[in-house]
Amino acid sequence: MKNKTPDSSIKFTDISRRDQNLGEEVKRRSGVDINLCWHCQSCAGGCPFVSAMDYPPNRVIRLTQLGLKKEVLESSGIWICVGCNTCSVQCPHAIDIPAVNDTLRQMALEEGVKIAEPNILQFHQEVLNSIERYGRTHKFEIMLRYKLRRWDWFTDAAVGLKMFAKRKLELLPSRSKDMKTIKGLFKNKRSSPIV
Amino acid sequence: MIKLPLTDLTYYPGCSLATTAKENNISLIYLFKHLGFNLVELEDWNCCGSSSAHSINKELAFDLASRNLFLAPPDRPLLVACPSCLLRLRHAHHKLAEDAAARDHYEKKWGQPFDQNLEIVHVFEILDSLNLLEFSKQHAQRLAGLRFVTYYGCMLARPPALKHEKNYYGLMEKILGSLGAIPLKWGYSSRCCGTFLTVARPEVVTPMVNEIIQGALNAGADCMVTACAMCHMNLEVRSTLKEQVPVLHFSEILSLALGLGGIDEHKGWFARHLVDPRPLLKAMHLLG
Repeated sequence: MKNKTPDSSIKFTDISRRDQNLGEEVKRRSGVDINLCWHCQSCAGGCPFVSAMDYPPNRVIRLTQLGLKKEVLESSGIWICVGCNTCSVQCPHAIDIPAVNDTLRQMALEEGVKIAEPNILQFHQEVLNSIERYGRTHKFEIMLRYKLRRWDWFTDAAVGLKMFAKRKLELLPSRSKDMKTIKGLFKNKRSSPIV
Repeated sequence: MIKLPLTDLTYYPGCSLATTAKENNISLIYLFKHLGFNLVELEDWNCCGSSSAHSINKELAFDLASRNLFLAPPDRPLLVACPSCLLRLRHAHHKLAEDAAARDHYEKKWGQPFDQNLEIVHVFEILDSLNLLEFSKQHAQRLAGLRFVTYYGCMLARPPALKHEKNYYGLMEKILGSLGAIPLKWGYSSRCCGTFLTVARPEVVTPMVNEIIQGALNAGADCMVTACAMCHMNLEVRSTLKEQVPVLHFSEILSLALGLGGIDEHKGWFARHLVDPRPLLKAMHLLG
């Protein structure tokens, strides 16, 4: 059977290669039943960051329902989500969408797919590095290391200096004492690949 | 007026209040002392995991939050100042209450069962339980004429598992209003501040913050009052508008109105703001 050539202005998604277990796996790991979603799009309507996402929250859920693993794990939507819960409050089924995104992000790291928002991942990694080092977050060092990784010294230099002048960024970290226990929590948990 | 003896509360400041938002921390400690509470910092607390741990490593997020629950003494409530830390700690506690496997993991890790009766309370819950309106009578018109908007950020939204918990919308308006300040209606009280995207995607956060600040300007606010130290920072750091609005921590403006901490302390708090609130506070005769 010959298909008609689709209109090139419309982005079609090939749904022939589907992972039938994706929805179940996400449900098992997140504890959230995504099949409750009826795509009313309240989540997308309320999300303050939707304009920065490739797929809005309900379409992330749709891709997961359809088993389109690569598309969903490589989407920027799962990384842009900050977990403010605006969506889950507005959802008529109270679906915990941020928890679904937590699971999808971790699956993306495990599967080694292309990460749509490497900046965001690098930031999270620097925060965790800081906690592993001090037990607490040391904002000054997080910023320096994040900038060093990205080799970007100009964005926000003025803001950084101003914060420094106001003693909002401190040179020395606030620390926990029992670092042996805290470092122990990080063992065997570095699931993130190098990006 | 300090009521004696003071009641001890275990206090979890969290990373922001311990460092970047010290003025929030100190003014809160003064406020609670005034209200009859002695805040005993949780011995050797660690970061709750923030947004980053649960974003990329759920198990680590649970363990980081759990260690704080393990450290909390059993005989008194754990007071949390930061809405975001509160969520992480409560979420872990809720999981422990609901999930046998999580309890098993916790017991193996910390060598004792979790304390199901540990109360994890936010600052607002304590304030709501006291008759602050009565309390503020002696300072009744201290904030007379101060036009403010409140910014609760995502504190009012919670994950579905915690949705039945009480919501404290209106508390800041009620308390500051009782001191003569004028709460203004506006549409951005519970808009998310952008949290960590402020670092990784500042170009996404800047227009959002500008919209929020513009909203406050349009409402005719002299200042914004925030419930969360992270929101406070984002609102101060990310606005690129020419016209600015001072952003005050709720604990700061309340402690200032009640005359807590003294002049030198007050100068220290307000010198740390990126949008200088001192001209406003001086004009209102709140700051010398």
